[in-house]
Amino acid sequence: MPTAPLLTVEDLRVAYPQRDGGLQEVVRGVSFTLGRERLGIVGESGSGKSQTGRAIMGLTAPGAVVSAKTLRFDGEGGRGIDLLTCPPQQRRALRGGRMAMVLQDPKFSLSPVMRIGAQIEETLRTHLPVSSSVRRARMLQALADVGIEDPARVARLYPHEVSGGMGQRAMIAMMLVAGPELLIADEPTSALDVTVQLQVLGILDKLVRAGSGGQHDGQHDGQHDGQHDGKREGNGMGLIFISHDLRLVSSFCDRVLVMYAGRVVEEIAAAELHHARHPYTRGLLNCLPQLGAPAHPLPVLQRDEAWSR
Amino acid sequence: MIGLRVDGLRVVYDGFAAVDGLSFEVAPGESFGIVGESGSGKSTVLRALCGLAPLAGGSIAFTGSGSGSGSGSGMPAEAGSKAWRRQMQMVFQDPYGSLHPRHTVDRLLAEPLAIHSMGDAEARIERALDEVGLGRGFRFRYPHQLSGGQRQRVAIARALILEPPVLLLDEPTSALDASVQAEVLNLLEALRAQRGLSFVMVSHDLAVVTHLCQRLMVMRRGRAVEMLAAEDLAAQRVQTDYTQQLMQAAAGFVRVGV
Repeated sequence: MPTAPLLTVEDLRVAYPQRDGGLQEVVRGVSFTLGRERLGIVGESGSGKSQTGRAIMGLTAPGAVVSAKTLRFDGEGGRGIDLLTCPPQQRRALRGGRMAMVLQDPKFSLSPVMRIGAQIEETLRTHLPVSSSVRRARMLQALADVGIEDPARVARLYPHEVSGGMGQRAMIAMMLVAGPELLIADEPTSALDVTVQLQVLGILDKLVRAGSGGQHDGQHDGQHDGQHDGKREGNGMGLIFISHDLRLVSSFCDRVLVMYAGRVVEEIAAAELHHARHPYTRGLLNCLPQLGAPAHPLPVLQRDEAWSR
Repeated sequence: MIGLRVDGLRVVYDGFAAVDGLSFEVAPGESFGIVGESGSGKSTVLRALCGLAPLAGGSIAFTGSGSGSGSGSGMPAEAGSKAWRRQMQMVFQDPYGSLHPRHTVDRLLAEPLAIHSMGDAEARIERALDEVGLGRGFRFRYPHQLSGGQRQRVAIARALILEPPVLLLDEPTSALDASVQAEVLNLLEALRAQRGLSFVMVSHDLAVVTHLCQRLMVMRRGRAVEMLAAEDLAAQRVQTDYTQQLMQAAAGFVRVGV
C-alpha cells in the first residue's frame, strides 16, 4: 500500500470571516499524506471533512482563508505542484483533469439544462485536446465503465430523466473521463439506496485498483499529451472518500481519518476500526443501531470539551 | 390506543400504480415498519394514509378502542378528512425542507392548533417543546438557527401537538448524523411508550427499522414482498431473496478478490 505520496497535506487550515470581523477556523491543522490508496474521512456535519476536501480541490467558498504548511500534489511528471501558490490557471487545469471531485447529490450537482453526454464531453473539451469523435467515444466508454448498459441512450438524456443512482454514475463517469490521479468523493453514495450504493462503491473500487487510464485508447492520446495520459495503466488512483457513515467507510477504505471540530482526532486502519481508541470514534460506532444486537435506548454520544481542543 | 387496517390500497399516478393492492394491519400501539428501495412505493403508502396522495382503490380504517371493532363508529370514516388527519400526523424526511424557513418555531407549532381549533395554544406549545427535549428557549427561533437534530425535534413536536394516536414517520433520521440519529430514535421510542402511540415508519435503513419497529413489511414495486417480525430480521430468518439482498446490502461493502 505505501506508494509514493500523491498528495501531501500538512497543517491545513480553513477559516471563514465572522460577522464581527474575526475568523472562525473550520479546519484546524489537518495533516495527512495520500498514496494510491483509499483514504476515508469520517465525521459529523460541521466537522470540517467536506471543507478539507474542498480546500484540496480549491473549491472553498469565496472569502475563505486557506493556509497550510504544505499542500502539494505530486502526480505524474516528477515536479510536485504547490496547490497554495500555483497560479489559478494551473489550478483550473488540474481540477477536473488530474484531480476530480464527486459531489453528494446528482440532483443538484449536474447541470439541469445540459444532456448528460454533453456534460461529460465538456470535461474532455476543457482538459484534453482531442477530436470530437474521440471525445464522443470516450464519453460513451466512460458511461459504460460505470455500469450503464445503454450509454448512447443515457448520453441523450437530461439529468431529471434519470434516477438518482444513474445520475450519480453519470457524475462519476464525468469525473473519471479525463483520467484523474486523485479523486475526492464527498458523500458519493449518501443520496442513494443501499443496493445502488453498493454498485457505485463497486465501480469506485474497481477504478481505484485498476486505474482509470486503462480504458483509454493510448494511440489517440499519446501524440497530444503523452505525460497526461496512457502512463497510468494499472497504477490506480488515490481516493479520498468523505462520509459520515463510519461503517460504510471502514468496509470500503484502507485507512480512516476521524475528524471532530476541524481536527483529526484519530487515524486508524479500516480493518482495525473496532479497536478504535478515541472516545469519539467509539461513541460514533456505538450509537448506530445494529441488526441482531438490540440496545434500548441507544447509547448516545457524550461529547467531551477536550476533544475539540 | 388506535391501530390501522389497510385493505387493497392502490395509488395511481398517470396510469402508473405506485402502490398496487397493498393490505396490512397495524395493531393498536404497535410500531410497524416499511422498508424497500426508492421507488418501491413506501413513502406513497404514508402519503395515502394521511390523505396527501389520492386513493385509486382500497380502504383505510382505524381499529381499536373507540372505533367499535373496526366499523368506524366514533372514528372519522373518510380518509383524508380534517378529523382524520387529526388522528394521524406525519414527520417528514428532511427537516431542512419540511419547516417553513420564515416562520418561527412558535408559529410552526401554532398552525396545526389553529387549523384544528384547539385552544390553550400557549400551554400546548410549551409542553410540546418540553416533551421533545428542546425547552421553551427555542420557541421564538427560526429553523435556520437550529441544527438538523433540533429541527427534526420541532417537526416531531409539530406532529405530536395535536395528540394524534398514530404517527407516520417518513425516514425521520436519514438526514441526520449518526449521533443525532440515536438521540431522535430514543426520543421517538420514549414518546411512544409514554403515550401509547402507534407508529408507521418508512426507512431504507434496516437497522433503524428493526430498532424501532416490532413488525415490518418489505415492499417492492408497489407490492408487499414479505412481512416479518423484527426479531426474525435480526436473526436473518428471511423468506425471500429480495429481503436477503437488502440485508446483504445493509451489511456494508465487501471487496471482491483483492
